[in-house]
Order: sequence, then structure tokens, then C-alpha cells
Amino acid sequence: MANTVLRGRAIKVGDNISTDLIIPGRFAHLRSNLPELAKHVLEDTLPTFTSELSEGDFLVAGENFGLGSSREHAAIVIKMSGVGAILAKSVAHIFFRNAINHGLPVLLCDTDRISGGNELEIDLTDFSIINLTSGVRLSCNEISPLMSAILEEGGLIPYIRKHRDFEL
Amino acid sequence: MGKTLAEKILSDKSHGDAKAGDIVVADVDLVFVQDITGPLAIKQFKEIGFGSIAKPQRAIIFLDHAAPSPHRQLSNDHRFLRTFAKESGCFLYEVGSGVCHQLVAENVANPGDMIVGSDSHTVTAGALGAFATGMGSSDAAVALALGKTWLRVPESLLIILDGAFPKGVDAKDLILYLIGQIGAQGATHKALEFSGQALACLSMSQRLTIANMAVDAGAQVGLFPSDDVTSEFLVSQSRGDSYKPLHADTDAEYQQAIHLNLARIEPMVSLPHSVDNAVPVSEAKGVEIQQVFMGTCTNGRLEDLAIAAGILQGRKRHPDTRLLIAPASRQVLAQAIEKGYISSLVESGGVILPPGCAACLGLHQGVLGDGEACLSTANRNFKGRMGNPEAMIYLASPATAAASAIAGEITDPREAM
Ligand code: SF4
Repeated sequence: MANTVLRGRAIKVGDNISTDLIIPGRFAHLRSNLPELAKHVLEDTLPTFTSELSEGDFLVAGENFGLGSSREHAAIVIKMSGVGAILAKSVAHIFFRNAINHGLPVLLCDTDRISGGNELEIDLTDFSIINLTSGVRLSCNEISPLMSAILEEGGLIPYIRKHRDFEL
Repeated sequence: MGKTLAEKILSDKSHGDAKAGDIVVADVDLVFVQDITGPLAIKQFKEIGFGSIAKPQRAIIFLDHAAPSPHRQLSNDHRFLRTFAKESGCFLYEVGSGVCHQLVAENVANPGDMIVGSDSHTVTAGALGAFATGMGSSDAAVALALGKTWLRVPESLLIILDGAFPKGVDAKDLILYLIGQIGAQGATHKALEFSGQALACLSMSQRLTIANMAVDAGAQVGLFPSDDVTSEFLVSQSRGDSYKPLHADTDAEYQQAIHLNLARIEPMVSLPHSVDNAVPVSEAKGVEIQQVFMGTCTNGRLEDLAIAAGILQGRKRHPDTRLLIAPASRQVLAQAIEKGYISSLVESGGVILPPGCAACLGLHQGVLGDGEACLSTANRNFKGRMGNPEAMIYLASPATAAASAIAGEITDPREAM
């Protein structure tokens, strides 16, 4: 991974942001046109998301982020829109894998301690977060070594291209 | 220490001693994708550069989500998938065959199998004792290339079912009730394992409904042991010799045990916009409904249509309530025609849609208008799910859906039976 220390602003969303809210089924015809699809990310819940976001900002959510369908496009459009990492109290199982599989870091922490607009610094070597605005340091759940390795290679496809198999 | 069903299957598939919390690489018996996740999976597969699928005879493409296609772009996605199926030698189920999970249950899944599907409701096949789990397109692509996947062996929640359903209460009410109790993330990353004396009277159709929604409690898989019901189902699908005994060890360790008495469950309704917002039907009674949608991988089977036809026979849908019915597969449709259910449903004012996902995901065939409410037998009522974030979706059983179609408002099915 090129950059292990990430810096950006927090953009907050609530609990239970489903894949239907991230990228609704009604846009399924755009799934083979990802740049076009990415224009609609989160529009039903946070219409200002794409205009508000600067490259490298963090999407900071509550509980059960990404619940619902297995559509990997949900993780892809978040990454394409410029999000540097997802922070949440908890993340749905399939979405978690999908994000890591696209090299998009997911950190589980107490996001109540982050407000919208806070400046954050994330160190991916030890998965620590400093809220530069409030000075609060947050600890996160670690991910498995295999997931870390996938993240380090920038995602699952580059990982398999390089290793030709899973290495435990 | 004994093993849970999840630990047993994953030990077998990883050729080792898999315990909850371990990371394993497991052999995959079936990889499938559908028309919405498939194009990306195939592109990712090509990107890996392995050239050919590890086990083409164990790979399937389903055209079910946008079937028939409502959009030029989706038609082109279908063309792309058909071409890939021809080139790679994997099987393709054409438009009109049915929903992927129903077809997997009817034709492919066996006890002890490891199944990776690029669709979250892949968990449906857990009813047959398969470790069936939904993954994204990249994981499916890698499973196609390697014939393997990686997993963290889940901790299991044991759901012990006792008693029998009262009249008007069914598997859908049970799973909505359970998700209402444990929450939409109550089983995140975990396995649900069903057991108890009531299993013997749960049909395969009911088990498929229950396993289907394991993911809507966050679970990685929802597993049933194999028994006479499993064996009879496999025989009825001409796969009797695929039967394998599969039971958890009596000293297996579970993270939690939850007892449910079927006799105490009432007809349930999940209110918008979350599946775990489940209440007894009395609390939702009287909500006006502009559309009833009956079908999907949750409740589009023959038994479901039989219940609906039984209630609707000789009656009419409410004039202000559209009634859409999508049988889960061609086999279901053919049998429902033969049994006369389809004529009852049509005579009551129902519209029969082609076997497939139909209105479930908001792409076509029943998109809701602003401010409209739909009572659906599907598994998800998230905002925007049926194509319109300004619409409301209520989830319930086929019996509740049929009774509500007649009344034009959410109705207790026990009053209509
Ligand atoms: S019927 Fe609905 S839930 Fe089932 S696979 Fe199709 S879209 Fe998904």
C-alpha cells in the first residue's frame, strides 16, 4: 500500500445504511458504467454527498453499515467517489469483504466520538485513528492477516494475480 | 469438543479441523452469479488472467433479476453473460427459469456442500444443509478461478424450535419474529443453526423461507441438519442419491441458544424501512395497501401459492390494490398451473409475472409510485428497495398478503381463513 497514513474530513451518515441506499436497484442498468453509477452514490439518504466530498474524506457511519445485498458496486462507487476509508460502529459481513476486496479500508470504532467535519488521521499500520479536531484517539478492531494482505495489495484481484492462491 | 454444522462442513471442505474463529480455505462445490452481479464477476475473473474456470460444471449463471430485461444496458449485460457461458462451458439458466436460489435448491444444493453465490440470499440453500453464503463479485470471480474460497469459520447461534404453528401462522412469521428479536445485525458474521423437535414438521419449502432470511439477521449462513424431510425433497427432485446425513455433535459449542415455541408466534409484519421492525399483524392492521407482491426467493414456492390461492379463491382483490404474483421458478409455475392455483389467482384479479425476481429489487415489473404502500412476501423493505425511496414496503407471509389483497389494507389472515 502506497500510503499508510490517511488524512481527511469526516462525512457522517446514520445507522443501517443499506446497499439499497448506497446504490439503489433502480440504477442497476448503470452497473456496467461505473463512473455514471458513482454519480448516484448515497443520493437517497445524503443528496449532498458527492458535492460535499473532497478526495480522501472518510465516510463515518453508525451501526450495520452496508447491510443488504451483495452488490459489490456499493463498495466500488464509494471508493470511486474519493472516500479514503469507511469508519463505522459495525459493518455487514458481505459489505466488509467487498470493501477490502477493492482496497477500501474499513475501521470499526466508536464513531459517536467523531462529528461531521472533524479532521481525522488514520494510521493503517496499527489501525489507529486520531481525531485531530477534538484530540481524541480511537482504537479499532483489527482485521485478519489475510484481509490485511488483500488490503495491502490493493484488493483481492491484484492479490490473487500476484499470489495465484490464498496464502494463510 | 464436538462440532457445529458450520464447523463440520468447513472442516470437511478445508481438509482440516475447523473451529469457530479459524481462517480456512475451503473447496467450493458450486459458484454462481446472477445478471446484476455477474457482469462484474466475469470482468474480475478475466482480470485475474487464469483463462479457464476451475470447475466449469460447477459454475452457473442465472438471468433472473432483470428478466426479461427492461433496459438496453441490461440486455447487453445478458448478452455478455450468455457469451461467457458458451466460451467457458458453465451452465446458464435463461430468462424465465426462475430465481437463482430457488433453482439452486431445486436442482443443485446438497447436504454438506460449500456454495458461493454472488447474491446475499445464497444462504437459502442452508435449508438443505449446504454451507451456502453470499459474496461479492470479486470473491465469486476468485472462486471461479481457483475452485476455492476463504472464510472465517463463524460462531453459531443455535435456534431451538419447539411446538407447532397455529392456523394462519407460517415460516415467514417465524423468521420475521426471530429477526425482530435479535435485530438485523443480531447474527452478523455468524451462523444460525436450526434444531429442535419442530424441525420434523417443517417442510423443505418452510425451511427455505427461514434459511433465506438468515442474512437479514446479518448471518453468514443459516443451516438445517439433514433428515427425512431433506431426503424426501431430494428424492422428489430426482436427486435422492445426493442425500448425506448431517448433524451437529451433541457437545458442539454455541455462542448462544435461543428457544422459540412456534405455538406462540402470531402473523408478523415488518414495517418500513427495516426488516427487524417486526410487529404482530394487529399493530399494522388497517394500513392501506396499493400493491401486494407475492413471490421471490423467500415466498414464491408452490406451498406459498397454495396458501394464497386458498384464501383468494372465489374472492376478488380490492379494486384499489394491485396483486402481482411471481412464481419462484418454472417448476413452481408449472405445478401451480396443474393444481389450479394460477386460475384462482388470475380470477381473483392477480397478474402473473414471469418466474424470477420481478418487483423485488425495484428494477421493473411493479415499481411503486410516490407515497404508495406495498405488502410484499419478499425479504427486504429498505427505503428505495422497490424502485422508489418515496414508497413504503411492508413484509409479511403469503397468507397475510392474500388476505390484505382482498381487504385493500393490512389484515390478519386468521380472519380470512
Ligand atoms: S427474489 Fe429478491 S431477494 Fe431473492 S434473489 Fe431476487 S432480488 Fe434478491
